[in-house]
Amino acid sequence: MAAVFKDIEFHNAEEEIRLQNEIDSVTAHQVYSPLREPLIDESKHCGDVTADICGLVERSPGKGWWILFGISLFLLVLGALAAINTVTFGIGTWGLNKTIGWAFGITNFVFWIGIGHAGTFISAILYLFGQKWRTSINRSAEAMTLIAVMCAGVFPILHMGRPWLFYWIMPYPNTRGSLWVNFRSPLLWDFFAISTYFTISLVFWYLGLVPDLATARDRATSKWRRILYTVLSLGWNGSNRTWSRYETVYGVLAALATPLVLSVHSIVSFDFATSLVPGWHSTIFPPYFVAGAVFSGFAMVTTLLIPVRKVMHLEGYITIQHLDNMCKITLLTGSIVGLSYLTELFIGFYSGNPNEIFVILNRMGGPYAWAYWIMFSCNAIFPQLFWFKAFRTKIPLILGLCILVNVGMWFERFVIIVTSLHRDYLPSSWAIFIPTLTDLGLLVGSFGLFFTAFLLFLRLFPVISMNEVKGVLHYARD
Amino acid sequence: MRATEPSEKTVRYTAAFFDNEHDLMAIAAEARLRGFEIQDVFSPYPIHGMDRAVGLERSRLGWIAFAAGALGLISAILLQVWTSAYDWPLNVGGKPFNSFPLFVPVMFELTVLFSGLISIGVLFMMNRLWIFSKKKIFEGVTDDQFVLVLKQADASFDTEKAARLFKKYGALKVMEGDKFV
Repeated sequence: MAAVFKDIEFHNAEEEIRLQNEIDSVTAHQVYSPLREPLIDESKHCGDVTADICGLVERSPGKGWWILFGISLFLLVLGALAAINTVTFGIGTWGLNKTIGWAFGITNFVFWIGIGHAGTFISAILYLFGQKWRTSINRSAEAMTLIAVMCAGVFPILHMGRPWLFYWIMPYPNTRGSLWVNFRSPLLWDFFAISTYFTISLVFWYLGLVPDLATARDRATSKWRRILYTVLSLGWNGSNRTWSRYETVYGVLAALATPLVLSVHSIVSFDFATSLVPGWHSTIFPPYFVAGAVFSGFAMVTTLLIPVRKVMHLEGYITIQHLDNMCKITLLTGSIVGLSYLTELFIGFYSGNPNEIFVILNRMGGPYAWAYWIMFSCNAIFPQLFWFKAFRTKIPLILGLCILVNVGMWFERFVIIVTSLHRDYLPSSWAIFIPTLTDLGLLVGSFGLFFTAFLLFLRLFPVISMNEVKGVLHYARD
Repeated sequence: MRATEPSEKTVRYTAAFFDNEHDLMAIAAEARLRGFEIQDVFSPYPIHGMDRAVGLERSRLGWIAFAAGALGLISAILLQVWTSAYDWPLNVGGKPFNSFPLFVPVMFELTVLFSGLISIGVLFMMNRLWIFSKKKIFEGVTDDQFVLVLKQADASFDTEKAARLFKKYGALKVMEGDKFV
C-alpha cells in the first residue's frame, strides 16, 4: 500500500502503513445486513433531496391545497364563532349540567394531547433506538405535535370561563397575598406538563429545522424568502464543529423528551386517577393513557401522511416500508390499549366493589353503550387486522383502519369521562349529556385549526428533514 | 493536534470540495495525520466519525445539560416548598403544607424545561448562531457539497503537498481565500 503514496512522500514505508491503517480505522464504513433494504428510493442523491423537498415549498400551491385550506379555514371560523359564544355567554352554552361537569371540553383536550404524542415518539424515542426510518416522517410528525398541543390548549383555557385570566394558573408574585397556586392539584401539574411539553417540542422541532432553513436560504430567489430564511436559519453554515455540538444537543433533547412525553399523558391521566370517582380512580390509568396516546397519534400521523405523500409526490421518501412500520407501532400500542380495556373490566369485577361493577355494567349496557362499543371495536378489535401484511401495505386499508382508530380514541375519552360521571352515587341526580351546537362547533373548530395550521406548515417549511434524509441515503445501499 | 476554534479574523485558507462524505472523512483524517492544520470541514448533514477524523474533542454540552437540569430541579423544590409551606401555607383537604410527593411532577417538568432550554441556548451561543450572523457560507454546502478547509497558518504550509492530497481524493474544486470568520 505504501507504494501508492510514494509521491505524497514522507518518512518511510512502515510509517506510511501505520498512517494508512489509522485512516482506515477512522473512516471504516458501516456494514449493513443483506436483509436491510434502502430507506429511500435508490435513485435519489443529496442534490435530488434538496431539489425535491425545497421545490415543494418554492412552487405556488396547487388547486387541491387551496380547496383543502378553504375547507379547514371554514371549520376554523365555525370554531371561532363557538369560542366567541362561549366567552360572551359563559360555560352555560355548553351541554354540561350539575351531574356532568366535564364532557366535550376535556374529551377534546385529552384527544388532542394524545395525538401529539406520536410526533415526540417518532422524533425522540425512535431516535434513541436508532430507527433510521424515522428521518422521513419526523419533521411532519413533530409539526403535528405542536399543532395538536395548541388545539388541546384551547379547551382548558376556554373552560376557565374567563380565558383572559388564564395566567392566574402560573405561580407569580401578586397583590393578593402573594396567594400562590395549589401545587397539590393535578390540574396545575397539567399546566406545567403541557407548557413544558410544548416548549421542548418547539425547540426540538426548530433545532432540526435550522439546517434545512439554511438550505432553503441558499436556494431562495425572491427577496422576502431570502430574508425570512436568513433570519430563521441563524447563519447556519454546516461546519463540523457546529454539527458536532448540534448532535450532542439533539441527543440531550431526545433523552429529555422521552420521559417528558411519558409524563405528559401520565399527568393528564392523574386528572382522573387521583379522584374518587368509580371508573376514574384506577392505578392503570397512566400507562393506559400513554399507550392510547401513542396509538391515536400514530393513527393520525398515518392519516395525514398518506394524502401528503400522494399529493406532494413523496412516495420515494415515505415508502410503503414506512407506512408498514407505523402500522406495526399502531398494532403494538393498540394491543396494549385492548389489554388495558380487558384489565379494567377484570379488576372492576375482581375488586368486588359494587360501585365499580356498576360503572362497568353501565358502560357496556347503559345509555352510552353505543359509545363504549364504538370505542371497543375501533381500538381493540379492528387494529388487530394490522397483523395481516395486506392491511399494512395497501393504502386504502391503512387509511380506513387509521380513521377508525382516530374515531375510536375520541370515543375512548368520551366514554371514560361522561359514563363515569353521568350516573353517580345518587340516582336522583342521574343525567344525560347532550352536546350543544357550541360544543360541536368547538370540536369541529379544533379540527379546522389543526388542518389549517398543518396546511400552512406544508407551504412554509421543508416537510421532510432534508439533512437527516441525506444522512441515511447510503443506508444499506453501498 | 486539536483543530482550533475559528476565531481568528484573517487567516489564509485553502478549501477543497468533494461530492461525498467518505472522501471528505478520509482526506480530513489523512491531512491531519500528515501535519496539516484543519480549520473546519463542512457538510450538508452530520457525519458520524468526523469528530475523530479531524481530531475534535468530545463536546462538554452534556454536562451543561445535566447542570441545567439540576438547577431546574432545585428551583422547583425551592419554589414549591417555599410557596406552599412557608410564604402562604394553605390547608387543602387536610394535606400537610409540605406535601413533598405531590411536588414531584412539577419538579420533573422544570428539570426537563431548564435542561432543554439552557442547553439549546448554550449551543446557539457557542456556535454563534443568531439572526444577524455573518458567517462564511461555502457554496453548495447546504445542498450536496462536502468541503475541507485547511488553514495556512504560517510559511510551513506546503501548497504542493496539499494539492497532491486533494488530487488523490478527487477534489471537484479547490479555492483559496483569506478572511475566514
